[in-house]
Amino acid sequence: MTPSSMVLLLADGRFPAGAHAHSGGLEAAVAAGLVTDPATLAGFLRGRLATGGLVAAAFAVAAHRAAAATDRRATLARLDAELDARTAAPALRTVSRRQGRALLRAGREIWPDGGFDALPAGVPGPHQPLVLGLVAAAAGLDPVAVATVAAYGSVTGPASAGVRLLGLDPYRVHAVLAALAVDCDATAARAVATADDPPEWLPAPAAPLTDIHAEVHTTWEVRLFAS
Amino acid sequence: MRAVARVVAVADRHGRTVLRELRGESPLLLRQAATEEGVPTVYVVGGAAGPLAGDDLRLSVEVGPGAAVRVRTVAASVALPGRPGAVSRMRVDAVVHDGGTLHWLPEQLVAAAGCDHVAGSRVTLAEGARLLWREELVCGRYGEPAGNVVVATSVDHAGRPLLRQSLAVGPAAPGWAGPAVLGGATATGSLLVVGPAAASGPATVDGGGQLRGRVLPTGPGASAAWLPLAGGPAALLTATAPDAHTLRTLLDPAGVAAIDPPTPATATGPTPAAPTVSAAATAPAAAAGPRALPGAGGSVPDAAGETGWVTAAGRR
Repeated sequence: MTPSSMVLLLADGRFPAGAHAHSGGLEAAVAAGLVTDPATLAGFLRGRLATGGLVAAAFAVAAHRAAAATDRRATLARLDAELDARTAAPALRTVSRRQGRALLRAGREIWPDGGFDALPAGVPGPHQPLVLGLVAAAAGLDPVAVATVAAYGSVTGPASAGVRLLGLDPYRVHAVLAALAVDCDATAARAVATADDPPEWLPAPAAPLTDIHAEVHTTWEVRLFAS
Repeated sequence: MRAVARVVAVADRHGRTVLRELRGESPLLLRQAATEEGVPTVYVVGGAAGPLAGDDLRLSVEVGPGAAVRVRTVAASVALPGRPGAVSRMRVDAVVHDGGTLHWLPEQLVAAAGCDHVAGSRVTLAEGARLLWREELVCGRYGEPAGNVVVATSVDHAGRPLLRQSLAVGPAAPGWAGPAVLGGATATGSLLVVGPAAASGPATVDGGGQLRGRVLPTGPGASAAWLPLAGGPAALLTATAPDAHTLRTLLDPAGVAAIDPPTPATATGPTPAAPTVSAAATAPAAAAGPRALPGAGGSVPDAAGETGWVTAAGRR
């Protein structure tokens, strides 16, 4: 059983890992004219949860599981390569690794004995879901809680970005998030259900527009969010 | 209906490709066609309508060291509903050995209303293998909503994961038509390029040595990007389009040479400020042309097993 306050700590947007700087692809979708109001934002969030959210949750659970394994260094390296193979867009690989590096910095400070040295070294950093898995292990979360934090984080970032980018009513945006809560829990449950699968079999849902828009976004000279 | 088909291409001692095995059964019949640009071409001829829910079709392709083969289909595959609750499956296993070349260029898969179809591909490439792998999906026939289709592709290169992706469309896939996934586009697809044609040249590596994608120009309602992959000398050209014809023009293999001419790698300088494909029109269409066939040798990948990620993806 996970200590509830620890789950809230990790899921909190105020956790100092730089999540507020990212829109999870929403900024580019808004610029493309595809997200304009709470209804289209809800469609964006549903798709993001089912694709990037599921991948992040599954890999966070897998990394959390690896934290307790004897061959954790090799397992984490394999998971890192498998995440690369699920992230076709170079811009998204860079974003995931930068977010991983930011979370790693926070994790090392908060849990100095967190075993983070088992993560693959390299530039710019390990993939974010892998770091999240180890942070969650250090914080004593169970697999369901890890997956929920990952899935939840995949939609709350873009949702609050929607408020800033489109000036949407925060009450309406949170009504959208509340309606997504059941899907969020179901996504986390799916991620946990894959935990025993070899890394190769972990979910790999594709989102072509998210890939393409991420590359469009990197070409902009002026942007509000880092991704 | 269940059917199994197999193609085995090997190089003879003169370096010419011979189809050592070409075996199919209805509705997966195989026909050897005239050589295109020096590469033997095999057509998959649909011997019946479908795939219909309940069908289980398997095709395996093996390309030996130094051999080259191109696989096409004669027409689009229309995934159709069958008895309630039944799923149709098309499974492709491809193995390409060192110095071998496979061009997998089938026609589109159409997700007809009410269908429930899983298309799974498992591709195992040796280090020196070359690949063109195109997948195109059309969401519904004209004017109808899409049925459920999952297109799952898993590619390993030199023993490392290169690409894992599983695109789900239809009523069972949350948010698939929304702005994060297809944004209302009717057609989507990708062309995976592995080998020197995809090697990261100056145009796709920035000053810090990081790979960079390139956004490609398209008409209204379409989008495309060239995405260099992390796990090998490979890139994925991915696109969305309002119709199958537009999609095909975006995923034309001849255009790949235009995006990234397979010139010898030079020192990586500063990246051009903006993506450009202007030099493209005059670049040789080498990516789709005949390959030099190096001699036999090199590592031999394990044959893809029956189990694996694609099977897992199919469980949904």
